[in-house]
Amino acid sequence: MPETITLEVQRYRPEDEAEPVFERFDVPFRADWMVLDALNYIKDNLDGTLSYRWACRMGVCGSCGMMVNGQPLLTCATYLERLLPGPIRVEPLKGFPVIRDLVGDITDFLEKLSRVKPWIVREEEKPLAEGEYLQTPEQLADYEQYSMCINCMLCYAACPIYELEPDFIGPAAIAIAQRYNLDSRDEGVQERLDVLSQHDGIWACTFVGECSVVCPKNVDPAGAIQRYKVAATADWFKSVLTPWANR
Amino acid sequence: MGEPLNPRYRLYHPKWHRTRIPIFWWLRSFAYIKFISRELTSLFVAYAGLLLLIEVSVLARGEAAYGRFLAWLQSPAVLALNAFVLLALLFHTFTWLNLAPRALVLRVGKRRVPDALVLVAHYSAWIAASALLAWLILRR
Amino acid sequence: MRRSREPFLWALFSGGGMASALLLPAIAFLLWIAVPLGWVEGGSYETLFALVRHPLVRLVLFALISLFLFHWAHRLRYTLYDGLQLYHLNQLIAVVTYGIASFMTVVAAYILWVFA
Ligand code: SF4
Repeated sequence: MPETITLEVQRYRPEDEAEPVFERFDVPFRADWMVLDALNYIKDNLDGTLSYRWACRMGVCGSCGMMVNGQPLLTCATYLERLLPGPIRVEPLKGFPVIRDLVGDITDFLEKLSRVKPWIVREEEKPLAEGEYLQTPEQLADYEQYSMCINCMLCYAACPIYELEPDFIGPAAIAIAQRYNLDSRDEGVQERLDVLSQHDGIWACTFVGECSVVCPKNVDPAGAIQRYKVAATADWFKSVLTPWANR
Repeated sequence: MGEPLNPRYRLYHPKWHRTRIPIFWWLRSFAYIKFISRELTSLFVAYAGLLLLIEVSVLARGEAAYGRFLAWLQSPAVLALNAFVLLALLFHTFTWLNLAPRALVLRVGKRRVPDALVLVAHYSAWIAASALLAWLILRR
Repeated sequence: MRRSREPFLWALFSGGGMASALLLPAIAFLLWIAVPLGWVEGGSYETLFALVRHPLVRLVLFALISLFLFHWAHRLRYTLYDGLQLYHLNQLIAVVTYGIASFMTVVAAYILWVFA
């Protein structure tokens, strides 16, 4: 076991530098440390100006995603030990404009997320007195996988299409749309389809598949998008072949 | 914080940094290379379609024309090309069939057919279709 | 809502992808490698001619060849579009790729029609 391990951390201080630079830090190596622990060590002991996001340290909040040696990873769930002997390169998530150091601007993702109406849409709300909307275990199983998403945006960082075409609504937003579409209590399928059946919705995707590879929660956004394509295509043929049934 | 070193920086005006995407971005990782190769197999799908069409028109022109076509197929360069095409088509088949269960959700009654079963069904269909073709072509 | 033509093109792409995945390896191996090299018995001119003369076979061949071409057109369109970052040429690429596929579909229809 080495005593220390080196991190090459991307710094970007727009007031001082026009382009990001890498700064090297030697941190103590501990077998039970994650990359995030090393970053926290740097901030606490070596350079308090280092900026990055994190919150829960247990893979639930989805805020500590960064590029580690070029791979999008949750830094709170990546052992230093896995990356021996180092140096470990830490960069902000790919595809998002960088504000400072390791912090990207995620406004774009948040706007897209709200565009797919990630809530249960009802044409008419049932009065409270009539009780809750019941759901069987099979109905839950239909969408449960997609409900695991923690909005960590690793899938966006893995997606070359999002990087190339920033208008693409992206993997997680579509997976989350599916999460509500497949929910037996939801009635918003058509509204979401109107948003997603555009080019910058599902059709920009060419099934590179990397989003599903990097997803820490096995959401399989790539699969969700292909399933959505199948559904949108079926819907298209239905509306072309039976025009009288149109809304 | 002292004087900013970057003369273009103005306080409270955030200045984003965006990375440029190289034109050969798909060479950046093995996964992307695999992806772009998979997409390029479509060239050979079109080639096979056209060759099939040529073979039909050659068959229509009689046995002598077909003989010349066969001789052309037997030349080493064409054989090498077609061997490569076959490899590309196999790559297409494997990638396509492996991804199929991700796009297809089949249901029997209320239950979802497990992905593994969808995969097995696709590979069985491939074997059956190949056997049918072999029977059709190799009949005497 | 403006109806996108994308679902239709995607259906052709998928149909062509599935058909080519299931059929083309066997076709390429048998017709263009095994038969020319004499690795297999059969595949004689008479067999193939009789096969192609059947109207149903020609109908299927027409559908297959057209699907293969649209599969190619769709994939190549996106490969050019994303792979080479030719966003400004979007329309042109679509017209050229699907145009070639449509034109070759007509050629295929002609060849298979006059066969008899
Ligand atoms: S789909 Fe997976 S990778 Fe994408 S944001 Fe959700 S949890 Fe993260």
